[in-house]
Amino acid sequence: MSGGTYLVAAGCTINDITGKISGLCTAKGSIHISINYPALVPFFVLGGGALVVLLLSAVLPKRPYRGLWAGLTVAAGVGTVVDGLVQWQQLNGSSVTPVTLGDQLFYDHMGAFFAVLFGVATVAGAAISDGYLEREGLDGPEPYVLMLSCSLGAVLMADAAGFVTLFLGLEILSISLYAMSAYHRWRAASGEAGLKYLILGSLASAIFIYGAALIYGATGSLQYLGVVSFLADNALFQNGVLLGGMVLVIVGLGFKVAAVPFHFWSPDVYQGAPTPFVGYMAAVAKAAGFAGLLRVLMLALPTLESTWRPIIWVLATLSVVFGSILALVQVDLKRMLAYSSISQAGYVLIGLQAGTAQGVRAVAFYLFTYTFMVIGTFAIVGVLQGRGEARNDLSAVRGLASRSPWLAGAMLVLMLGQAGIPLTSGFLGKWVVIEAVLGQGQYELALIGMLGAAVAAFFYLRVALIMFLAPESPGAPAGGAVTLSATGGPGAATAGGGPSDGGPESSEPGDSGWAAGAGRAYSGSDLQAIVTAGLSARDRALALRPPPHTRVRVPAATAAVIAVCVVFTVFAGVSTPVLSWAHAIALPWSA
Amino acid sequence: MGWILVVIILLPLGAALAVAALPRESAAGSVRPLALGVATLELAFAIWTAVAFKTGNAHAGFQFTSRQSWIGPLGISWYVGVDGISLFLVTVTALLFPIAMASPPVRRSPHAFYGWMLLLESACMATFLSLDAFLFFVAFEVTLVPGYFLIVGGEGPRRAYAATKFFLYTFAGSAFLFVGIIFTYILVQGHEPHGTAASFNIVSLARGTVNLPVTDQELLLVAFGIAFAVKMPLVPFHTWMPDAYTESPTGVSMVLAGVLFKLGAYGILRWGIFLFPLAAVQLAPLALTLAVIGVIWGSVVAAMQRDLKRLVAYGTIAGVGFIVVGLFGFTSQGITGGIVEMINHTLVTGALFLLVGMVWERRRTYAFSQLGGLQTVAPVLGWVFMVVVLADIGLPGLNGFIGELLVLIGTFITHRWWAVVATSGAVFGAIYLLWAYQRVFHGPARAVNSTVRDMTWAERAAVAPLLAAIIFIGVYPQPILSRIEPSVDHLVAHVEAANPGFKIPAKARGRGTFVVPKDQVVEVVAPPGPAPAKTAAAKPATKGGAK
Repeated sequence: MSGGTYLVAAGCTINDITGKISGLCTAKGSIHISINYPALVPFFVLGGGALVVLLLSAVLPKRPYRGLWAGLTVAAGVGTVVDGLVQWQQLNGSSVTPVTLGDQLFYDHMGAFFAVLFGVATVAGAAISDGYLEREGLDGPEPYVLMLSCSLGAVLMADAAGFVTLFLGLEILSISLYAMSAYHRWRAASGEAGLKYLILGSLASAIFIYGAALIYGATGSLQYLGVVSFLADNALFQNGVLLGGMVLVIVGLGFKVAAVPFHFWSPDVYQGAPTPFVGYMAAVAKAAGFAGLLRVLMLALPTLESTWRPIIWVLATLSVVFGSILALVQVDLKRMLAYSSISQAGYVLIGLQAGTAQGVRAVAFYLFTYTFMVIGTFAIVGVLQGRGEARNDLSAVRGLASRSPWLAGAMLVLMLGQAGIPLTSGFLGKWVVIEAVLGQGQYELALIGMLGAAVAAFFYLRVALIMFLAPESPGAPAGGAVTLSATGGPGAATAGGGPSDGGPESSEPGDSGWAAGAGRAYSGSDLQAIVTAGLSARDRALALRPPPHTRVRVPAATAAVIAVCVVFTVFAGVSTPVLSWAHAIALPWSA
Repeated sequence: MGWILVVIILLPLGAALAVAALPRESAAGSVRPLALGVATLELAFAIWTAVAFKTGNAHAGFQFTSRQSWIGPLGISWYVGVDGISLFLVTVTALLFPIAMASPPVRRSPHAFYGWMLLLESACMATFLSLDAFLFFVAFEVTLVPGYFLIVGGEGPRRAYAATKFFLYTFAGSAFLFVGIIFTYILVQGHEPHGTAASFNIVSLARGTVNLPVTDQELLLVAFGIAFAVKMPLVPFHTWMPDAYTESPTGVSMVLAGVLFKLGAYGILRWGIFLFPLAAVQLAPLALTLAVIGVIWGSVVAAMQRDLKRLVAYGTIAGVGFIVVGLFGFTSQGITGGIVEMINHTLVTGALFLLVGMVWERRRTYAFSQLGGLQTVAPVLGWVFMVVVLADIGLPGLNGFIGELLVLIGTFITHRWWAVVATSGAVFGAIYLLWAYQRVFHGPARAVNSTVRDMTWAERAAVAPLLAAIIFIGVYPQPILSRIEPSVDHLVAHVEAANPGFKIPAKARGRGTFVVPKDQVVEVVAPPGPAPAKTAAAKPATKGGAK
């Protein structure tokens, strides 16, 4: 029996000469997986990019060309963006949700959308890291390898069609982020951040995988579509296991997106980790976590909607309220932005809570536009903080409008964007979120969200106020209008060793004299009261320090990223394209 | 001629961006002429619009409309137009801004002051002209940012506090408007025939809202009303206002008090009463009560102030109360009077803050205890102040009289007792204003006060247009009333049609047969009964996680 085809299992045949398989193998024992290669291109690009950087770093001299690693990473990111757009075009018109790689991956508009998002974040993250790492004397291939693998994990999370794949993506993403958080070798805070993130993140991963196991136990499937079809066909008398699994999965992913009450790691990590990585992490980890949550809740567990919506309701409310309020009392910019990003996650949760196509649209739009705002903001904080991350407190932005007007203008737009002022994407994001939730008749949640935004507006405005009003008062000590009780170095948490080639204080001559002259520029008005509203006594002193005297040096790549982020924040706030993409993603969900 | 409104909105915006882009040092001298030139050009466009505006009952609808799809997936369009209600608010806004900008700049950086002023003008114009709820909200909210930076750029000792309070109060109020607008859209869409997409266009919203159950309408009107009440400010929501007005530099107080608060009063008329006529009539006693409290309370508190600028600031609360009394009378006279009062208030409050600023320039104080006897050394300043005060009190022959008379007549017809109590406001107004005038200008000019110089020619030129408008409206209001009335009659008929149980006497309905363009007709399909139907807000099935 040669030259023919024979049956190995029900449903498929193998040609014994060519080895070609036709039909779909379903029977036990046959291993055949249909692979839709175009769906895998982002993984090849990102994973390949990481491998190329690793290999080149082994063969090239230690410091080959400045910007080589960042350039390669940017190229991989651009490749991901382009491929995402190509996928978007090819998928046009298909309304079903196709799966590939043995039902492990979705190949749909949403995946393409998130691939573009992660590609953009990779490009921006790598571009702003370059200048930072050079300044800190940390240049090397490692963070870029980690960044690429993190993006790969993120794409995997967004494309995952089952809990195993989701967990795989989650772990790839998380482990890369742990290492990135701890990457600043000379800052104790960075190591601390990495360790905290590692311990709490592992706990969250364990909780997640336990939840997935419980869901598997209850439904017999690890695939979203398998779970949903099981739940559609079977009525469970006792669904405690299933509900427990669902709750644990929400906790695990809620940890990744830093929703209250699973947010405890985030302020510490944001404060300690290298600034550009924080911007990247805030965008990517959040978006990936939400992509996972979206798929799990809306594809696998739509039948439990009446159970998970109240849970998300509580998480959303807590995140918006506590994120906004706790951000008010922060003096450290990165810590403040951490709480701000917690409250922003609350808005995404509000959109998710709607559980409708409009909710999906809102989540996608909010995440995409937030990516630009948060990376742009951290890029600015990164250049302002000076060498060794010496200045992270509010006073670092003091007088920025006169020192560097364009940077101050950019920061203003990004702050207003996050506060949700019209003509920015943040406003339109809140608009679609609130529209989604009002579509379900929940005006209480909408009101809580918008009043939370009014609280949050205060700390965004405070940054703007400090930038625009407080003039520079050079270190010359003069009798201040206030007596400041604090003494000591520039901030307790950010202290620690400076880079080996230059002490931490070297960028700040005259820093020792700040305490005496600090209140001077504020005297004669109540600016001081606003600047320090809600802060503790020690933080007040920090916030009233004179600004650093060094000229703000913005590397070209960072400047370009900031410019793009600002332009995009305005562009997406007054135009249709991004919203139309988000709309197109949501279409299949409206059925 | 739809382009003219687009120009009116975009011209100051473009100029603001140009000012922001001008180099700091080298162009510092050219910023002021540029800004003033643009604002004057804007005034020319606004006057052109008012002249070209078609009068008569055949033109009760929106004129000079321009419409463009903007954010398609959300049903948002760029839709602007002007009718009798907004026409003169645009004109006086355009008149006040160049005068406010010509007042002595207080900032070290002229870029910031003129840039923010131009942006504010653009946003105010867009608020008055937009006929799309989204565009309206965007413009309404954008005014906060320049407002904040302008207040904070002043020289008052508590300016940061005042600016922050201003921003947060208004922003929190806007949260209700934000939710209200979207909820209105969603409820309207729920009533649309299947497959028809709703839009934020005011006419199509109104077509839906007039047929909503009364409880829904009331809820939404309250949400809208909170935002507008904070902005106006009506009495329980006013505490940000005296601080903000007092701490701002002269030009900024002028536009804050003259223009910004009108956004609230205009909003409640255009977006509150028009969209929810049924609820407006139901809630009118509440609004009227708050307004009357504002009239009395604002006057009394103003009379107790020891500081001229704070006195004028509290006086605006009384003025706002009067406007709301007129609007919630739902008669042709009352609403017309309310609109005329808005115009008057812009002129008079603008002029008062300008004059108070001149006193400040001379004496560097607002305290009554330090002032006195200025009439003898600065007679022109004294006389101008007197005329403006009399206009505010409502002396016949000046503009205040026309507005107050119409308001009181109109509201007396439908809501008698509120009108009666509000009348006392005119008396209280006379007390605090004349007393203030007396304390500042009469008596002997002691010490420093005796060396005060009179108004310069530049100052006279700045105040002249305001005085001219005050007298013009007082003696010949016809061109203004004839443009306002058809649109108001349309609104009154709309309110009446939506309220089966609410009959407005024929004499208060205006002169009858107005016409609006076909695409602006709002028909009340089914007069809603008092029993609320099942509302989306109360559906237990969709309430989700609330429990």
